[in-house]
Amino acid sequence: MIHLFELDNKRFVVDVNSGLIHEIDKMVYDILETDYYKKRDNIDVLLKEYSKENIDEACEELKELEDKKLLYTEDLNITPKIKPVLKAMCLNVAHDCNLRCGYCFASQGDYQVNRSMISFETGKKALDYILKNSGDRRNLEVDFFGGEPLMNFEVCKQLVHYGREEEKKYNKNFRFTITTNGVLLDDEKIAFIDEHFDNLVMSLDGRKEVNDNVRLTPTGTGSYDMIVPNFKRAVKKREDRAYFIRGTFTGKNLDFSNDVKHMRDLRFEILSMEPVVTEPGSEYEIKESDLEMVKKEYEKLYHLYKDSIGTDKEFSFFHFEIDLEHGPCIYKRISGCGAGNEYIAVTPEGDIYPCHQFVGEEDFKIGNLDEGIVNTDISDKLYKSNVLTKEDCRNCWAKYFCSGGCHANAWHFNGDFNKPYKTGCEMERKRIECAIRLKAERMS
Amino acid sequence: MKHIKNLNTKNLSSNLEHKGCGECQTSCQSACKTSCTVGNQKCEK
Repeated sequence: MIHLFELDNKRFVVDVNSGLIHEIDKMVYDILETDYYKKRDNIDVLLKEYSKENIDEACEELKELEDKKLLYTEDLNITPKIKPVLKAMCLNVAHDCNLRCGYCFASQGDYQVNRSMISFETGKKALDYILKNSGDRRNLEVDFFGGEPLMNFEVCKQLVHYGREEEKKYNKNFRFTITTNGVLLDDEKIAFIDEHFDNLVMSLDGRKEVNDNVRLTPTGTGSYDMIVPNFKRAVKKREDRAYFIRGTFTGKNLDFSNDVKHMRDLRFEILSMEPVVTEPGSEYEIKESDLEMVKKEYEKLYHLYKDSIGTDKEFSFFHFEIDLEHGPCIYKRISGCGAGNEYIAVTPEGDIYPCHQFVGEEDFKIGNLDEGIVNTDISDKLYKSNVLTKEDCRNCWAKYFCSGGCHANAWHFNGDFNKPYKTGCEMERKRIECAIRLKAERMS
Repeated sequence: MKHIKNLNTKNLSSNLEHKGCGECQTSCQSACKTSCTVGNQKCEK
């Protein structure tokens, strides 16, 4: 299977099964698009623009690629190999929040359950659980999440110290991340996070009016003026350590490239902007009819990124950063996100869910820290639902980039792990094309 | 080649016996949290 696309005056062919990508000229693009190379008929269309000699020369080059198994490679005959061993945890240290964001999938922090904070004891159990159930995996990722984790920061600190002591006993390495809305991000917390956390994710939706339209305090005022100075100080302190300024765009700010630009103009350099996850029919929903505009916005963002390369305004955008040489292996790509198996979410009460997006949904409570995962049926279904089993993915050129998409999105939109969320698929495909085009830009 | 330029050399289907260690990052433990972005991760090897 191949995929052809054109973006910003360059053309590409993606060989889906090998993951190899070739930049091609317009003639090769036309030869492949008309399927002349395979069928050798209807040459008249091509002869209007190209000579027979040049067409033959291009076909020879294509044949060389095919002979070397760099194009039109066969379907992979593989099955999942990576054992479903736990290695990552979303640790919901606070089911409470000091903001009331309109689109929050965590229902303004409480996940439609009670507002609560994790205790040190339960947090310890969570870290013990991943240490003891991670087999021979050495690197363990724990994301302190919420709600707003800084509302329970003393426990976060205790847990980080505890984790650092315990990891030695098991010859493991914790990679801690914390995701915050920034309201409580003072200098003391910034210093601790800088010293102990591998990654810091800070939520900001871009322009003040956009951010303040949805990211509100409980009294209804906007959060922008509170959080941006905190983020600036945190990023300054962070220097070369990992961080993200992460935004969400919704049906209300489909011109989100302006929000990424705003983040960049604030001199933040490592950026992410995610499409909202919300219920179908919500006022924030990104509808199928919005897709054309969303794709155009990704192209605008592509140009913003490209034009910044080599300037003092250079920035990175998470979805455009695809390492074509050192990306994940095919086994990772067919096993997906690992929810319910490699990855779990733990609540302040010690309940276990397949991932943060299922927290609070009783049917998806798969266990607890005392008994472990007891509802293995859901974990099994998630493990067996992958890019190889999803009909919609079978003929999709992007299947080895997205690995079948988000299980939670599939469930919440279609009630079936095996039916991907189509709007999300369309956006993902566009982002991948932009990422490939940027790779070509860097190589030229 | 005059008409075609290769952008990458990593072939997903080669050396399969040496792949699949499972040490790589889980996709949702990054900046996304809301979409599956396996292709944006890196191999740990």
